[in-house]
Amino acid sequence: MREELMEETMAAELANNQALNSIGNDYKYGFRDEEDYIFKSGRGLTREIVIKISSMKNEPEWMLKYRLRALDIFNKKPMPTWGNCKLLNDIDFQNIFYYIKPSERSEKNWDEVPDSIKQTFDRLGIPEAERKFLAGVTAQYESEVVYHSIREDLEKEGVIFLDMDSALREHEDIVKEYFGTIIPAADNKFSALNSAVWSGGSFVWVPKGVKVEIPLQAYFRINAENMGQFERTLIIAEPGSFVHYIEGCTAPTYSTDSLHSAVVELIAKPGAHIRYTTIQNWSKNVYNLVTKRAVAHADAKVEWVDGNLGSKLTMKYPSIYLVGPRAHGEVLSIAFAGEDQHQDAGAKMVHAAPDTTSIIVSKSISKNGGRTSYRGLVKVYPEAKGSKSSVKCDALLMDEKSRSDTYPTMEIDEKDVTIEHEATVSKVGEEQLFYLMSRGLTQDEATAMIINGFFEPFTKELPLEYAVELNRLIQLEMTGSVG
Amino acid sequence: MTAKEPLLSVQDLHVQVEDKEILKGVNLNIFPGEIHAIMGRNGSGKSTLSYTLMGHPRYHVTSGRVLFKGQDILEMPPDERARMGLALAFQYPVAIPGVSVSNFVRASVNAVRGKDVPVKEFRQELKAEMKKLGVANEFLSRYINDGFSGGEKKRLEILQLALLKPALAVLDETDSGLDIDALKTVSEGINNLASPETAILLITHYQRILNYVEPQFVHVFQDGRIVKSGDSELSQELENRGYDWVTQELTSSGV
Repeated sequence: MREELMEETMAAELANNQALNSIGNDYKYGFRDEEDYIFKSGRGLTREIVIKISSMKNEPEWMLKYRLRALDIFNKKPMPTWGNCKLLNDIDFQNIFYYIKPSERSEKNWDEVPDSIKQTFDRLGIPEAERKFLAGVTAQYESEVVYHSIREDLEKEGVIFLDMDSALREHEDIVKEYFGTIIPAADNKFSALNSAVWSGGSFVWVPKGVKVEIPLQAYFRINAENMGQFERTLIIAEPGSFVHYIEGCTAPTYSTDSLHSAVVELIAKPGAHIRYTTIQNWSKNVYNLVTKRAVAHADAKVEWVDGNLGSKLTMKYPSIYLVGPRAHGEVLSIAFAGEDQHQDAGAKMVHAAPDTTSIIVSKSISKNGGRTSYRGLVKVYPEAKGSKSSVKCDALLMDEKSRSDTYPTMEIDEKDVTIEHEATVSKVGEEQLFYLMSRGLTQDEATAMIINGFFEPFTKELPLEYAVELNRLIQLEMTGSVG
Repeated sequence: MTAKEPLLSVQDLHVQVEDKEILKGVNLNIFPGEIHAIMGRNGSGKSTLSYTLMGHPRYHVTSGRVLFKGQDILEMPPDERARMGLALAFQYPVAIPGVSVSNFVRASVNAVRGKDVPVKEFRQELKAEMKKLGVANEFLSRYINDGFSGGEKKRLEILQLALLKPALAVLDETDSGLDIDALKTVSEGINNLASPETAILLITHYQRILNYVEPQFVHVFQDGRIVKSGDSELSQELENRGYDWVTQELTSSGV
């Protein structure tokens, strides 16, 4: 059924977009708006700007202290000495704008959102998606959430879905209890940075036993040049509950760099299930350095479904700490790296309780000199008897210039475990291309089809509309890719 | 194009693969709606001919011409040839994981027909052809040739040709590796395909498929060229006397 629906949706999409094949390699989200902001900080990171952010948000004293301590940690911590060090060391932290407040407040009605910002989200299809298939939306523009809504029935069931700043005001006790407990400020240089200057992001709290059947979505848009976006997301699923959270992001194309550095913490209490889906499609001048971590208690299940298409350099390794018996973790990720892009992505699974299970599936494609890396860790503690882990990495190279590396680490301190690891690197097969072309598909169409097939284990986990969009993006990326 | 012009005209075709000459001067004319069979031993270059006709990038034409519908097609990529009405059923169709049969077949039909066939209309047409070939519905959601048996692969090839309705269908050893039931079904598919609008070039190693599909012309292929041509009786003679008979005949006549 899904197959048929997908076909029909694709057909309709294609019919609506006859120019699709002529668009070429353009990044269609690269447009920008005039800046008309309530507040824009100066360039650079200072103690003063951290204090300013906190005071503009009327934050409690403990949060200001938390920020300032994190700033000290950031300043003291050296840059990572692994990953793409060259690109990392190119980041000019003093050239970034750390806080931009685009509008007076977060609105519940799109008509109240400033026109130019609303038009941007219209172009990105957010209000339309919300009407069609979402249970709640937050839309963040620069540093602040400009629009927020949740379906009434969910609100009545006690589900809290707010932007993080509102959550701190309205549910300070819950935020204080969990904030920074999964990813402390000192975890790494970029979590420290986020902890110092965070703004926006989502807060989700799902009451015991409540299943949110329709996805909640957050959309993050950077507009200004040299912008730094540091949203902070915290999701708490009480025992036996379920939530699917989706995030997407884009930015205008500039010749100079922007920085996106989020911290995302997930807590799945006993028997709870959290699925967190990301379609990252930043423009190619954005550094995307994100820390994502989840804790899964007994019988809980956490899934990271992580798609990385855009950005200049992404370093992101969603992790799951399986701390209760029978907890299950999955990371399913795809990465696509074109010219001047490096996707350094992966996963971490930490088995800290008996009979915990985990699956990592990573698929990457590099073309036109692009680079992908899989960096992963599976750690099993001595008491985690009967645990199982399976890791599968497939890389597809489109040409000789492109590169793919795998850095899998296994730290297994328990004998009674089952660990599987499999990695492949392949090239788009001449025979596959010839076969598809002999049936009338152009080289670009044939390539896109092979790649969509390669990513299919990922796309089939996405809601239909996202799967269609992803396939369309790949088709765009593939125009003129082999030649 | 008038009826007198051949649909396909292969003229003194020489082809190299990795610097080795495989085709050494092939001449062949096929008129609209005709059924031709090319028979020959393994390694005689039969499959090279089919790959060259379809435009495989590894097959280099060193001299000669191939005219299809009066146009020289040798510079065209395979997809353009397909859209002109040429189709090849592969001897060893490749698997493409993650791409479903239904998605692919629809994309292919749209590309070759040059217009989007509405989903419902397409499904009806597809189901009708599937029924003829005894193909189950679940076929559609499977990935192209992925984990298919030999017989399933050949059925999928014939199914696609039936939907594409090419002016010329080249069938490369479509009969190989089939049990007798599958051979009958596939042959029936080929006979359904043959029409005044669709000519067939059947490339085969064995005579047995010619018990089910009757060609008007039979060519014997040997060492990179056609060495003998005749009507359907030639295939029977080959079956009775073997390929050595042709070889001996050629040697004694001094060719």
